[in-house]
Amino acid sequence: MAGEKGKAYLLAGGTDLLVRMRGDFIDPDLIVDIKRIPGIQEIRKTASGFSIGAGVPCAMLGRDKALASAWPGVVEAAQLIGSDQIQGRCTMVGNLCNASPAADSVPALVAAKAKAVVVGPGGRRRVPVEDVVTGPGRTSLKKGDIVVAIELQKRPPKSGDAYLRFTPRTEMDIAVCSAGVSLTLGAGNVVKQARVALGAVAPTVVLVPKAARALVGTRLEDDALMKLAAACEAACSPIADKRGTVEFRTEVAGVMARRAAVMAYDRARGKR
Amino acid sequence: MANDSKFTNQKFKLVGTRVMRPDGVDKVTGRARYGADASAPGQLVGAILRSPHAHATIRKIDTQKAEKLKGVKAVITSADLPDFTGGEGELYNVLENCMARGRALYDGHAVAAVAAVDAETARRALKLIKVDYKVLPHVTDVDLAIKPGAPVVQPGVKTKDKKAAPTNVANVTTYGHGDVEAGFGKADVIIEKSYKTEQVHQGYIEPHACLASVGPDGHGELWVTTQGPFAYRNWCATLLGMEMSQLKVTSSEIGGGFGGKTHVWIEPIALALSRKANRPVKLVMSREEVFRASGPTSPTSIDVRLGATRDGRIVAADAAMRYGNGAFPGIWGEVGAMAAWACYDIENVRSVGYEVLLNRPKVAAYRAPSAPMAAFAVESTVTLMAEALGMDPVEFRLKNAAREGTRASYGPTYGPIGIVPTLEAVKKHPHMRARLGKNQGRGVACGFWFNFGGQTCADLIIDVDGTVGLSVGTVDVGGARASLSLIAAEELGIPYEEVRCNIADTASLGHNDMTDGSRGTFSSGMATIFAARDAIEQLRVRAAKAWGIDVKNVSWKDGKAIAKGKRKSLTLKEIAEASPNTGGPISGHSQVVADGAGVSFASHICDVEVDPETGGTKVVRYTVVQDAGKAVHPDYVEGQFQGGAAQGIGWALNEEYVYGKDGRLQNPGFLDYRIPVCSDLPFIDTQILEIPNPNHPYGIRGVGETSIVPPLAAIANAVSDAAGVRMTHVPMSPPRVLAAIKASRAEKAPTG
Repeated sequence: MAGEKGKAYLLAGGTDLLVRMRGDFIDPDLIVDIKRIPGIQEIRKTASGFSIGAGVPCAMLGRDKALASAWPGVVEAAQLIGSDQIQGRCTMVGNLCNASPAADSVPALVAAKAKAVVVGPGGRRRVPVEDVVTGPGRTSLKKGDIVVAIELQKRPPKSGDAYLRFTPRTEMDIAVCSAGVSLTLGAGNVVKQARVALGAVAPTVVLVPKAARALVGTRLEDDALMKLAAACEAACSPIADKRGTVEFRTEVAGVMARRAAVMAYDRARGKR
Repeated sequence: MANDSKFTNQKFKLVGTRVMRPDGVDKVTGRARYGADASAPGQLVGAILRSPHAHATIRKIDTQKAEKLKGVKAVITSADLPDFTGGEGELYNVLENCMARGRALYDGHAVAAVAAVDAETARRALKLIKVDYKVLPHVTDVDLAIKPGAPVVQPGVKTKDKKAAPTNVANVTTYGHGDVEAGFGKADVIIEKSYKTEQVHQGYIEPHACLASVGPDGHGELWVTTQGPFAYRNWCATLLGMEMSQLKVTSSEIGGGFGGKTHVWIEPIALALSRKANRPVKLVMSREEVFRASGPTSPTSIDVRLGATRDGRIVAADAAMRYGNGAFPGIWGEVGAMAAWACYDIENVRSVGYEVLLNRPKVAAYRAPSAPMAAFAVESTVTLMAEALGMDPVEFRLKNAAREGTRASYGPTYGPIGIVPTLEAVKKHPHMRARLGKNQGRGVACGFWFNFGGQTCADLIIDVDGTVGLSVGTVDVGGARASLSLIAAEELGIPYEEVRCNIADTASLGHNDMTDGSRGTFSSGMATIFAARDAIEQLRVRAAKAWGIDVKNVSWKDGKAIAKGKRKSLTLKEIAEASPNTGGPISGHSQVVADGAGVSFASHICDVEVDPETGGTKVVRYTVVQDAGKAVHPDYVEGQFQGGAAQGIGWALNEEYVYGKDGRLQNPGFLDYRIPVCSDLPFIDTQILEIPNPNHPYGIRGVGETSIVPPLAAIANAVSDAAGVRMTHVPMSPPRVLAAIKASRAEKAPTG
C-alpha cells in the first residue's frame, strides 16, 4: 500500500469499493484484499473489552452473544447497513473508512467511545473513532495506514446503548438522519455518563457533548429529553438534498436522539 | 358460432382453477432467458453517450478519436439514422428521442453510440467523443412550464392556434356533458382543491436490453425484452428504412414492463450499430439509463371543483388536468381527462386535459396510464365532499356511482359494470369494521380503467402424440401462458398439462398488438378460443373421414369426436396419431380485432399509521376489490391486484423523480428512487368479483391495470385521516407529511 504510486485501495467486504468502481467513481491502480490476514476476521474478548477485526462481516456481530449483549446499539447499527446480503460481506471498519456522513455504524461507535486500531508505516496507534473521518469521503489516515480493528470498552454495570436512524423505507435504505446514544446509570437509575452522536446531519458524524450533558443527572424526564432534542437540533448543519430538507433532518435528528436515549436507558435498567 | 364473441355463460371444467404456472421452474432456476441473456458469435457490446444537459443545442459531435480506438467497430450519431419518417408526427418524435438530432431535450437524451469488442473499450470510446453543447434554459416543472416566459421545449409545437407564439402546451382536450356552471349553481356545497403528483417510473427490475443483428444483405434479427414484438418490428424497420418482413423480432422473457416496454428506446440504435459494424450488437441499459432515458409517467398538477346538493347528490364536476409529457407531445392529459370522472353518474361534468412539454424524458405508458393521478385528485375531493356533507364516504360514492346505462363522462354508455358491486363488497368487508389504533387512519377510493382489445392472432397445432402447441403474439407479462393454455384445454377437452403456450416471433404469426391495455388474456383468450374451435372443426372432419360419415353427424365433447346415433368415439389423441394418413397436420388458426373489452372498476380500502414526529407512514392493512369479468387463473388475477396496489403504495409514499436546479435527475437508482421492499408492505388482501363482460365468450375483462388506479387516493385519504391534515401532494414522503402536520398545528394553535 505504502509503496504504490497510484491510487491504492483496501478491500474488505467490497460493498462500497466494488460499487464505486462499477459506477465509474474510482479507478484503482492497486487493490489489496485484507480478508486473509490472520485474525482479521475475529471478534476477540480482551481484558479491556472487545476487539473486532477489520474483516468481520456485520452479520457476524449479532452472532457473538457477549458482544450483542454488551453493545446492542452498536450491533444493531451495523446490522441496519444495506440488506442481509450486504451484511454478509460488509464490515464496520469499511463503513467507517468509506467516510460517509450517513454511515450507520459510526454514530453508535462514536457514542460507544470506540477506538480504531491503526497500523501503518508509523507503527501501531489507537485513534478515537470520531477522529478518523474528517469530511465526506475523507479520513485522517495517512498513506499506508490500515485500520485493523475496532475496540469497544468493557461495560460498567447498568449501561446501555442504542442506535436509531430515519429512513423512508424499512430496509435497503440509507439514513436521512440518525442518532447513537450510550448511557451508564448510577444510584437511583440517574444517568451518570452519556454520549450522544448524530449521523447524516453534518459533513461528519458529530459528537454532541451538550446533548449528553442534558441527560446526565436525570432519569430522562420529559424536560431532559426536550433539552436533549434541542441540543441535537442545534448541533445539526445538514444539507438539503434528495433525501431530506434541512428542516426535516434537523427536527427528526432530535426525535431519533430522544427515542434512542429512551431505548438506551431502558437497556441500562435491564428492561428490554 | 365458432367466432361469436358474445358471452355464453358456459360451465367450466378448467377455467377458474389454480394450475401450476408453466414458466415457474425456468424463472426460479435461472434458465429463463431475458433480454440480456442472448449472445451471438462475434457479438459486440454497444454503449450510448447521453446528454448531461437538460436542454442544449448540439453544435458539433467529434467522433474521430473514438473511431480510432482499437477495438471500436462502429460509432454512430443521428447522421447514421436518416429520417425515413417524413419529419412529421409521432414516428419522428420516436426517432429524435432515440438519438438527439441537433438538440438535447433532457438529461440523458442519447447523443451518440458505439459498438466495441468489449464493455471496457466501449466505455473508453464514449469518453473520447467530444460534444460541443450550447446550453439552453430548461424547465422541468409542470406549473412553471405553462407560465408566460417559460423556456420553450419544442419551438415547433403550438397549441391549437398555429399562429400563436410557441408554448409548452402541446394540446388541450375537453370531455364531459351537461352545463357545468349551471350545475354548480344548483350545488349546496362546492369543494375546490388543487393537487400535485411527482413523476414516477414503472420500476421494472429488468432494464431494457437487446441483441441486434443486421446482415450485409439488409435483413435483420432483434432479440429484445418488449411488450410488443410486432410494434417494435414496425417501428425499428421504419426508422431504419427496412421492409418489415426483413426484420424478425423475437421477444425474450420479460422482467416487468408495465407500459415502459411498449416503446422503443435503444433498439433502433442497436440495429444501426450492427448495420454499420456488420456484427451482432448487444445493448443493455444500466439502471441509471433506465431512469434517465426510458419513459416514466407524467408529473401532474390538477385542479378539481365538485358541487353537491345537501342530500348527497353530485350535481357538477370539473377538472383541469395538466400532465407533463416530457420533451415530446403525447396524449397523457387527454387520457387523464377521459378517466377522471368515469366512476360516477354526473349530469354536468367536464374535464380538460393539457399536454405540457418539459425537459424530462418522453413519457410512456405506466399501468393504466394517467388514471391514478386523476383518481388521486377526484377521489380525494369526493372524500372531502362526503366529509363536508357528513356522509359516509362509501355511501356517498354508492349514491353517485355509475351504473348500467349511465352515460360516461368520456362519452359511451355503460353496459354491465362493477363499480356498485365493488363498493357494496367494500361496505360488507370486515376490513371496514376493524378498529384503528393510535395515529392510524383509513381511506377508501375507487378506480376505473378502459381496457383494450385490438388486433390478435393465434395458431394452435395438434402434434401427432395428441399434445397441443399454442402460439400467440401477445407477450406474457402477467400469466397469459397459463391462462391461455387453460382456455385451449377447456375448449379442446384435454388436460391443461397437454397444452404448451409459446410466444411467437414476428415471422411466425400475423400481427398482434402489444400486451397493453390489459388486453393479453382478453384478446388472446378470444383468439385462442376461436383457434381451438377451428382445430375442432378439422378434428371432426378427420373423424368423419375415418368413419365414412358426414361431418354434420360428428360432434365434439370432452376431448372426443362422437358419431351421432352410434356409440363410436375417437379421442383427440387417436385422431392426431392417424393424422399423417388422413390429410396431414392438424392446426387451428384465428385472427380477430377483439372489440368490446369490458371496462374495469375497483374499490380499495387502506389503513395507515403515521408517525406524527417524523411524518413516516406505514401501510398496516390493504384490501383490493375488483371486477375481473371472469378470473381464468385466480392466482394470477390476485397477483395483478396485489402488484398494482404495491406499485401504487410506492408511488403514493416515496417514489419520485427529483430534478436539481441544473435540470439533472438527482436519483437515477433504486437507493434514492424508493420502490417499496417487502417489509414496507402488508399482505395485500384481495376479493375478485365476476361481472361477465358481455363481449367475450367467457366474460373476461382485462385485470392488469385497474389495481394501480385507486391506491394514491386511498392512501391519501387514509394518511389525511391519520395525520389530521389533507395531503394534496404525492408522494406523501415523510418530509411532506411532517411539514403538513406542523403547518396544520400552527394554523390550529390559538394566536396571541
